[in-house]
Amino acid sequence: MDVSSKKELQRIACKVRMGVIEGTYNAKSGHPGGSLSISDTLTYLYFNKMNVDPSQPDDPGRDRLVLSKGHTAPALYSVLAQKGYFPEEELKSLRHIGALLQGHPCIHIPGVDMSSGSLGQGISAACGMALAGKLDGKSYKVYTILGDGEIEEGQVWEAAMFAAHKELSNLVAIVDNNGLQIDGPITEVCSPEPITDKFAAFGWHVITMDAHDFDSIDRAFEAAEAVTDKPVAIIQKSIKGKGVSFMENQVGWHGTAPNKEQYDQAMAELSAQLKELED
Amino acid sequence: MADVIKKATRESYGEALRDLAEEYPELVVLDADLAAATKTGIFKKAYPDRFFDCGIAEANMMGVAAGLAACGKIPFASTFAMFAAGRAFEIVRNSIGYPHLNVKIGATHAGISVGEDGATHQCNEDIALMRTIPGMTIINPSDDVEAKAAVRAALDFNGPVYMRFGRLAVPVINDNADYKFELGKGIVLRDGSDVTIVATGLMVNEALQAAEALANGGISARVVNIHTIKPLDKELICKCAKETGVIVTAEEHSIIGGLGSAVAEAVTECCPVPVIKVGVNDEFGHSGPAVELLKEFGLSAENIAAKAKEAFSLK
Repeated sequence: MDVSSKKELQRIACKVRMGVIEGTYNAKSGHPGGSLSISDTLTYLYFNKMNVDPSQPDDPGRDRLVLSKGHTAPALYSVLAQKGYFPEEELKSLRHIGALLQGHPCIHIPGVDMSSGSLGQGISAACGMALAGKLDGKSYKVYTILGDGEIEEGQVWEAAMFAAHKELSNLVAIVDNNGLQIDGPITEVCSPEPITDKFAAFGWHVITMDAHDFDSIDRAFEAAEAVTDKPVAIIQKSIKGKGVSFMENQVGWHGTAPNKEQYDQAMAELSAQLKELED
Repeated sequence: MADVIKKATRESYGEALRDLAEEYPELVVLDADLAAATKTGIFKKAYPDRFFDCGIAEANMMGVAAGLAACGKIPFASTFAMFAAGRAFEIVRNSIGYPHLNVKIGATHAGISVGEDGATHQCNEDIALMRTIPGMTIINPSDDVEAKAAVRAALDFNGPVYMRFGRLAVPVINDNADYKFELGKGIVLRDGSDVTIVATGLMVNEALQAAEALANGGISARVVNIHTIKPLDKELICKCAKETGVIVTAEEHSIIGGLGSAVAEAVTECCPVPVIKVGVNDEFGHSGPAVELLKEFGLSAENIAAKAKEAFSLK
């Protein structure tokens, strides 16, 4: 990836992170940690990979994304706002009564391809979308993002079996391997490891990437493009809370909103990062 | 008397899917390793490229159906009622109901008439479960004619529909030129003034027989066929409450949360009258031949007639 495109993606991802903080702060609830760990991947997908047009959110030929780990909606909403599906201002009313942006993704929000949030369900819907694409001979891709804790849900493996059996090569599942879930480290709660071996055993092509390095992200999705006979699982090594120093690798930031002081500090850090990228 | 033709509504379901496939190119069928039993095998044989076996994984099947519907397909997700409404309830609620996707659920082997398989497979709770999902339409056809009409109506309707079919062959009662299926509209099959019997599914035929027996005893019973349990034809139910003063409901489902509950809820708001429920009481079933089980659990014309007399005595 050339230097200027990389810098541009880093700049957008920083703004996406600011939106995550803005949204969860104003909502006084929500899930900043896992939103920050997928911000770079979402930015890459919507600004460098997916065939989508905010002026035609229902275009039948568009690429689709199902946020199976739906609690990290703030990141999805923030990237959709950056992309122009709705004004950034909407992030400030996230989770409020009468607001467009619901606590978890809702299909009626422009740019959101599927309602999700009850863990384990999004990947099945993504399978259905990929199957429809195959049936119609369409060339769109379907992306779905799962949490590493989420894959403890049995339905994920029903879907994994289905996708491989139906040879859904137009499906890419990204597992956000930040290593933390609500009750603690995934390896201590009820370990889903070894994640790569499991997806490989289920018949998927498995790729690993560094979720906070756009070169690594680019290589992973380029490699996924080359796979034509099976679904692709990208296991992304990520940092929960990435970009905000005091949130990084802290399980406590799974589902806690920043208070005013924490909001100010987070925004100051992200503004400094943004300034550096814009200089 | 001519021989009564009997057919299981699951058979009608499979045939209807096959017969409507050409007219509705977006129709696809999903099953969870039960195609031979749900009769989607009939469709599979004719349209193998539009049939997808999901294996024994009902949760994923419902999610896949949601994704297909989100891309413009009209998927018929098929399995036993126990697994469609029971096991996959939360997926039906969150992945199909909440986004209000155009998924049709074909739930076969509903009720106690599953027979020998016993309590684990005799689903008497599915209507109750599905009724609680906002925007879910529920159809429980009474025979072959109605089941086929229901499949077409579901195809013409944009939104989630739960269709309930049976394993047991039941008499064909709607094969007349006047028959018309209207989603959400009950059908008065027999007029009467002393009591209304509101029935659904295979209990409609039992209700007709009960009315005949009651007539011989001097009680004039009206029989209403409610094929669409949600949305309920409240207008008709309330009219019957006002005109006959007492209601007996009849369903092959728990008396908790099904047709009887829906009717009782409706009349308490418009015209409170006694509602006596014939259905499976608050208990599990057990193994045995379907016909004998139906009798044992009181899902019979005799019991409906007895309850109608009881209701009449309350007037």
